[in-house]
Amino acid sequence: MNEHEHAHDSHGDHGDLPRYNHPVSVKLLLTVFFCLVGLTILTVVVNGFGLGQLDIWAALLIASVKAAIVCLFFMHMFWEKGFNIIAFISSLFFVTLFIGLTLMDTRAYRDSQDKFPLDKRPEPTVVRDANS
Amino acid sequence: MSSVDTTAEVHDEHHDDDHHDHGEFIAHHFDTPEQQYDSGKLGIWVFLVTEVLFFSGLFCAYVLLRYHQPEVFVAASEHLDKVLGGINTIVLLFSSLTMAWAVRAAQLGQNRFASRLILITMVCAAVFLGVKAVEYSHKWDLNIYVASHYNYIEGYHPDAPSEGLAGALGVSQSLINLCVLPAILLVGFLVAGVIYRVRESQAMSALYLAMAVMMGGFFLGAVGGQIYQNAAESAAAHGGDHGHDAAAGEHAEEAAVTGPDTTSKYPPPIGMFFSIYYIMTGLHAFHVIGGMVALSWLYYRCTRNHFRPDYYGPVDFVGLYWHLVDLIWIYLFPLLYLIN
Repeated sequence: MNEHEHAHDSHGDHGDLPRYNHPVSVKLLLTVFFCLVGLTILTVVVNGFGLGQLDIWAALLIASVKAAIVCLFFMHMFWEKGFNIIAFISSLFFVTLFIGLTLMDTRAYRDSQDKFPLDKRPEPTVVRDANS
Repeated sequence: MSSVDTTAEVHDEHHDDDHHDHGEFIAHHFDTPEQQYDSGKLGIWVFLVTEVLFFSGLFCAYVLLRYHQPEVFVAASEHLDKVLGGINTIVLLFSSLTMAWAVRAAQLGQNRFASRLILITMVCAAVFLGVKAVEYSHKWDLNIYVASHYNYIEGYHPDAPSEGLAGALGVSQSLINLCVLPAILLVGFLVAGVIYRVRESQAMSALYLAMAVMMGGFFLGAVGGQIYQNAAESAAAHGGDHGHDAAAGEHAEEAAVTGPDTTSKYPPPIGMFFSIYYIMTGLHAFHVIGGMVALSWLYYRCTRNHFRPDYYGPVDFVGLYWHLVDLIWIYLFPLLYLIN
């Protein structure tokens, strides 16, 4: 209950609304939007630096910050019930497991795949033809 | 607006004595509006979980392909335009803003304002698809398809179309083909809107006219994207004349990166990147189309003044879906467009 009351207070005088109704203030919505636009520009700029190996991690970090603020404020997760948050976060946990385990597996076989003997390659199935 | 206020007042009077009197939209198997809202909320979150897991299969495929052949991704990314991708990102972020704002309006019972915001969201979705159509058609002109049909030759420029509508407008035939269905829908929605107006069915008329405006957004995106594309191409052509040496140097560097395979009968399988590109962006585009349908339904319900402080679930739930579509694009943009 206290959390709900608090949420109401932080959003101005909507005291007559049902307790599950937490409108987000227009100011907060606009702030989030301009942060997202700023981060989008930032990710393009950082990409231009040519950080090499770090590029992908910088891009993913910025994307994750954007995703987090969309989740928290646009998707109202900040005011969400704990169970719904656990349900959604658990999906991210399973995605991490899925991709992480696949990467571990493919690393183990990397040599036999990427260093396949050139003379044993099959004939190419797509023949480049300048006329088509 | 006045009609909304009266409903809210009437509802307030009954608030304490009988929950079952709450309104026409509480299903008989729920005791209170809150219970109905919470059930719907859990439902949409579980649906979003399945969506995340569904897309994670494609992200996993992407990670595998990139892990084994990073050079393919570097070589392929030069065919993707960061500006068009960036504009589309901003368009989607803006549509998320208007959607979140529409949820707020519905929470406060401002149906008329919510309908305006939902209409803006619908138009943004269509603009996104219009820009996407320009990007796709440009790739198809260059024979950039999925891996099995990828046939791009370095330096290839398609002949300008000379026949029919494409020739008259100076755009590619692929783009015209992609515009056929939206054009039919635009005309169809307009006609339906006018027919319902004549038959004095205001809500249906407003719905169809809003959908016609939405399809107009598609052409706004397509025309804007094509204008940018033409400007970028002519700039590239001029730049090619002046800075030829620099360009040649860059190409030499690229050859060093992609290795000696470029000219052999085993070129790096760049089409592989476009397989995953078309599947990921295509599936995302289908979600945008699904969102457009759901948003149209919300628009209709807003024009009927259905939403009020104790009943705004549908706007909230479609909003959550729409934000998820935005979230997926937030990851797709750097992963597909920003590769060095």
